[in-house]
Amino acid sequence: MPQGISETRASGLTGRDAFPHRHLLAISALAPWEISFLLDEAEQWVTLNRAASAKHDGRLAGLTQINAFFEASTRTMLSFEIAGKRLGADTVNMHAAQSSVRKGETLIDTAVTLNAMHADVIVIRHGSSGAVRLIADKVDCPVLNAGDGWHEHPTQGLLDALTIRRRKGRIDGVIVTICGDVMHSRVARSNILCLTALGAQVRVVAPPTLMPADIDRMRVEAFTDFDAGIAGADVVMMLRLQNERMDGAFIPSPREYHMLYGLTLARLARAAPDALVMHPGPMNRGVEIDSIVADDKVRSAITEQVELGVAVRMACLDVLTRRARKVEGWA
Amino acid sequence: MSIRIAITNGLIVDPTAIAPIAGTVLIEGDSISSIGDSPAPSDADIVDAKGMIVAPGIVDLGVFRTDKPAFQFGGITRAGLMPDQSPPLDDPGLVQRAARAGKPDLWVHPIAAATRDLAGKEMAELAMMRAAGAKAVATGRQWIADSGVMARVLAYAAALDMTVIAHAEDGGLVGRAVATAGETATRLGLHAAPAVAEAMAVARDIALARQAGAALHFRIVSTAAAFALIRAAKAEGLRITCGTSPAYFQLSDIAASDFRTFARLSPPLRCEADRQATIAAIADGTVDVLTSSHDPRGPEDKRLPFADAAPGMAGAETLLALALGLVRDEHLTINALMALLSANPARLLGIDAGRIAAGAPADLILIDPDAPWKVDSAKMAAEAGNTPFDGLPVQGRVRRVMKGGRFL
Repeated sequence: MPQGISETRASGLTGRDAFPHRHLLAISALAPWEISFLLDEAEQWVTLNRAASAKHDGRLAGLTQINAFFEASTRTMLSFEIAGKRLGADTVNMHAAQSSVRKGETLIDTAVTLNAMHADVIVIRHGSSGAVRLIADKVDCPVLNAGDGWHEHPTQGLLDALTIRRRKGRIDGVIVTICGDVMHSRVARSNILCLTALGAQVRVVAPPTLMPADIDRMRVEAFTDFDAGIAGADVVMMLRLQNERMDGAFIPSPREYHMLYGLTLARLARAAPDALVMHPGPMNRGVEIDSIVADDKVRSAITEQVELGVAVRMACLDVLTRRARKVEGWA
Repeated sequence: MSIRIAITNGLIVDPTAIAPIAGTVLIEGDSISSIGDSPAPSDADIVDAKGMIVAPGIVDLGVFRTDKPAFQFGGITRAGLMPDQSPPLDDPGLVQRAARAGKPDLWVHPIAAATRDLAGKEMAELAMMRAAGAKAVATGRQWIADSGVMARVLAYAAALDMTVIAHAEDGGLVGRAVATAGETATRLGLHAAPAVAEAMAVARDIALARQAGAALHFRIVSTAAAFALIRAAKAEGLRITCGTSPAYFQLSDIAASDFRTFARLSPPLRCEADRQATIAAIADGTVDVLTSSHDPRGPEDKRLPFADAAPGMAGAETLLALALGLVRDEHLTINALMALLSANPARLLGIDAGRIAAGAPADLILIDPDAPWKVDSAKMAAEAGNTPFDGLPVQGRVRRVMKGGRFL
């Protein structure tokens, strides 16, 4: 087991007291020890997922998990589906075309419909900030936010924290530089909240056109100069830049973005010598990150993030359904 | 001989006076015949207003819906109806119909759309709409982006002696934003525009109004920077006025935390410093009008993700009680407040209302100024309960409403 487990058990809370929430909608709703609890819970699933033989645990057998994705996603939906299946749940995927469902009362209607099917846990992604919470208020089962607009993507924040904790042995005091389109990024928000809650020193780097107002109020240091923001960093987390932002509205061109904000070997050399490179994927190689950096076997943790994502999602599905499964101490 | 009503023992608040006076208001027919301390005539119906304020009925400049029950609860006897209807009030026939909607209990004064379909492109038939009863011209919920169009609207309306009511948000800066840039919008991940969008719009429109010699009213102003520009324009002697609504002196953008769509307004709620600046602008006379901006919206418009929800609040019922809070906090006198709620908007619309004097129309409200009550979105008189003040304890309630010499 990696370091850091013992300190996070410090809350001494057990059963439902350790995680009293019905849903997982946002990192902002969690106390630091609740975040650590989920990370600790994920460790067992890392071990299981690496097993050479059958990767299966039947604890969610008989439960129905609906993955309702109102916004296109391949990786995250796959990760949630694998997580549910490895725990024995019956997973069902719903791809709701954004155009037909996004507007009007239909969102609430869809929530009511899902609820009527007696799902035991619902995983939701939606393109509008706050939409997942709106649905959660209308259903009887736990809801897991798989990303809502620019607001939050809590399991991404958790899996990134777990990656850092396993690689660095701790989170407290670690310098993390998050670089890219912070304004439009739910990944950035969940990571800022998650990592600062656990004691990391977080810096954000973004072009001035993609830096949200008053971001420093989220207990981070803001930079527009990547070279300054990366200096001495223990972790460099790159964000994906959507193509539509690079057409002149926010960024003049991909190549200018790469010049100022691309993670190159030369730039990485300004970070700590053993700096960890992270990216939530999918990557724009040659724009925000150079292939030679992304594929660095020692410093890049990008594939490990994907791996730990499954473990973290298994932990969340397990914890959120304990009450319904009448697990001792949780019923 | 017409019926005579004497309202006795009340505290009479005439916006044109400095302070309230105790006495009797005598009403004959549809107008006030005298005020003073002479005893009520023996043949008059006596209404004892002991402990009450007798004030002119509220003239609410810039509502989006004709909502009689809510207006009666709030003491609103005349409403300036925004052209943002469906279809928009850009045609004399539509104006005429809107003007008839409330009579006799409520007088609706339609405000003509400045441009056809409120699209900000071609001027609407302003003179014909004036002949049909339109009392002012408005750009609607949005800014007219094309400065040439706005310049022509101002010049044309000035010649017709109609006030132009403008929406003060620069469209380019706002885009599809639904919140003011700042900590709250950043934490919630909402599309936000900088607060300076308001001052940008105000600065341009003041410059154009100066050139046109037009009377220009900003329906809602909510930021310190915009108030500063308006203050300076007034000092210069331009015919520039502005209004605001209780949401902007009572709430800041924090009210939208948890994605509360009842706090999704247009313009969006601002930071705490701008809220304070709004109170200061009311206190120093920069603000001329307080409006409810009444816009009841049901769940089909509000039970949506924040960015998809329609902006607006049902404000008619809470306008007076929240405004009385300003008097209680000694930001202004009760007489000055009633000027903001009746005399000033009446002047901008060019209608005879908002005064208590012999010969004035008998549009009066009796206010119990200290009566406590609690705002409850589930029990509103309005068409919908979309109030950001749900659960707030307030003081001050309208007990009687008289329109045209008749108690409703």
